[in-house]
Amino acid sequence: MSAFTTDRETGSAGTPSPEKKRKGRRRDRATDQRLNWRLRLRRDRTLIIMTVPALALIIAFNYLPMFGAVTAFQFYDYLSGFFHSPWAGLANFQQLFSDSNFWHAFENTLVLSLVQLVLFFPVPIALAIMLNSVLSTKLRSFFQAVVYLPHFFSWVLVVTLFQEMLGGAGLLNHVLRLNDMGVWNIMTDPGAFKYLVTAQAVWKEAGWGIIVFLAAIAAIDPNLYEAAAADGAGRWRRMWHITLPGMRGVIVLMLVLRLGNALTVGFEQFLIQRNAVGSGASEVLDTYAYYYGVIANNYGLGTAAGLFKGVVSLILILAANKLAHYFGEDGLYRRSR
Amino acid sequence: MTAPLLVRLRTRPRTAERPAWEEKPSILGQFGKGLSLSVVLGLVLFPLYCVVITSFSTEASINIAGGIVVVPHGLTDEAYRQMLDGGVVTRAVVIALLLTAVGTLISMAVSVLCAYGLSRQHSFGHRAILMTFIATMFFSGGLIPTFIVVANLFHGYDQYWALILPTAVSVFNILIIRGFYMNTARDLIDAAKIDGAGDWRILWSVVLPTSKAVNVVMALFYGVTYWNNWFNVLLYMPADNSKWPIQYVLYEYVNQGASMPGAGASALAGHAQPAPLSLQMAVVVLTLVPILICYPFVQKHFAKGALTGAIKG
Repeated sequence: MSAFTTDRETGSAGTPSPEKKRKGRRRDRATDQRLNWRLRLRRDRTLIIMTVPALALIIAFNYLPMFGAVTAFQFYDYLSGFFHSPWAGLANFQQLFSDSNFWHAFENTLVLSLVQLVLFFPVPIALAIMLNSVLSTKLRSFFQAVVYLPHFFSWVLVVTLFQEMLGGAGLLNHVLRLNDMGVWNIMTDPGAFKYLVTAQAVWKEAGWGIIVFLAAIAAIDPNLYEAAAADGAGRWRRMWHITLPGMRGVIVLMLVLRLGNALTVGFEQFLIQRNAVGSGASEVLDTYAYYYGVIANNYGLGTAAGLFKGVVSLILILAANKLAHYFGEDGLYRRSR
Repeated sequence: MTAPLLVRLRTRPRTAERPAWEEKPSILGQFGKGLSLSVVLGLVLFPLYCVVITSFSTEASINIAGGIVVVPHGLTDEAYRQMLDGGVVTRAVVIALLLTAVGTLISMAVSVLCAYGLSRQHSFGHRAILMTFIATMFFSGGLIPTFIVVANLFHGYDQYWALILPTAVSVFNILIIRGFYMNTARDLIDAAKIDGAGDWRILWSVVLPTSKAVNVVMALFYGVTYWNNWFNVLLYMPADNSKWPIQYVLYEYVNQGASMPGAGASALAGHAQPAPLSLQMAVVVLTLVPILICYPFVQKHFAKGALTGAIKG
């Protein structure tokens, strides 16, 4: 989620005297350049050894699958493995692009992503601004403790809770029945599905999302508020002209991340509910890849769908970042200088 | 009865000072704020309350309520006694706890070592290794190739390690830990070095104790991931219900409407029969409990532990 940490780590976060530290760094670098690489390797070998276990896991479970993506160009055969499966050329992609189910899943993904962007994205920002105006520290920390909590629940649990509240046998419908207002099983209504999943996502993640925005607000210089108040700006004006612009960088960053993940709309969430609402409303690229790949044993097709998604996502990240630069923000990574 | 509490609140306000220039909010504004805060809190807490109450309710009161119980009539711990009698659910809880413990241990060991290894600014090769890690945040093989690698290449199908190792390393977490370690006071490390401490010693006696916040938060993150993991079970171990961890049991019979395997009479009778609501809700509560137990201890570190390096300011 945050490659942006790495670009900024060279800064002197939280040290009292950045000047002194910078000087120290320069000396280090000079020393490093005098030492030849053999000496440096010997000096740092413990550090390198320490990274080996993680590196091994990453290579085994992240890099091998990357090369395993050649499966998209193969008729993968369970018994022959990567190396002996017959080549398919672009046949998998041809099949993929001529499959109306795939385009349906693609369309669903985009629509759901858009709905989530519009209905989900502003919620944590609004919550953070509202919470920031609460003065009582006790109330604040209680509120934070409660709204962070759902982030740590599994999707199975969240869907279960929604089922019990809104489902056909759930609380809402029970109340509706008691008042003779008919029954509306939201959990199995394809038309309501995109709003249902967005509501679930908001319930689960919006509280957690406010952390970043609270930090951004906390970083705003209080003198700005005082000056604005002295100039006669009321609380709404101060929010509009100081708080929001102060959060701008973080908002843009989150937007970039969101856009880069536009094709990932919540795999587990959809998988769990696919049976209930049917594939028409709930099929997205990830579930498509899962069902056609793992379940239907068409590994080549599933991989092709995954690869397509990966490539488009990468393009989206780069484009969104470009857009962020255009608006004068850092985005995910900085402009090369 | 409420008067003393109100008085106490009013006389000892636990409130930050309002700056002199900031106007007091209007009654309407205060009311609106209070209302919206309460609504948000209610949205989160009400479902949890209902689930807990239902899990403790008797069959009779569930029947009266026609489903989820809001106002309890009769309370009983029957559901929990049935759950924890040594059947599939009990085993699933134990399995999940073991998986979480072992997984978290492995993840933390690997991540802490790696983060420390990468935390020295000018160490040899640290840039290259870092890039190797970061690249995985942008590119991934995708679901199917990962599945093929784990299940076929490494023969992880139906193996417990397949639930742990593929997700053991989170690059994001490593970057956060690393950011925190880099902020450990240089002087401390230098002093330790002068005293003759090697890197292992520095990590163990200097860096680890001084970065408790991030370690605790990351352990929680990893732990929650393992505890909540059901999808990898679906991928690698869907057949054998004696190996399932609790979340997958929940998935199977709350969302698939399956009968509860091994839950008393229905399993003996051998026909599929949806589990009584109180039992279902008891399982939901069981999946919640470990999180709720750990949560208060870790929660105070969140802002510090989760954000360092992510936002400067």
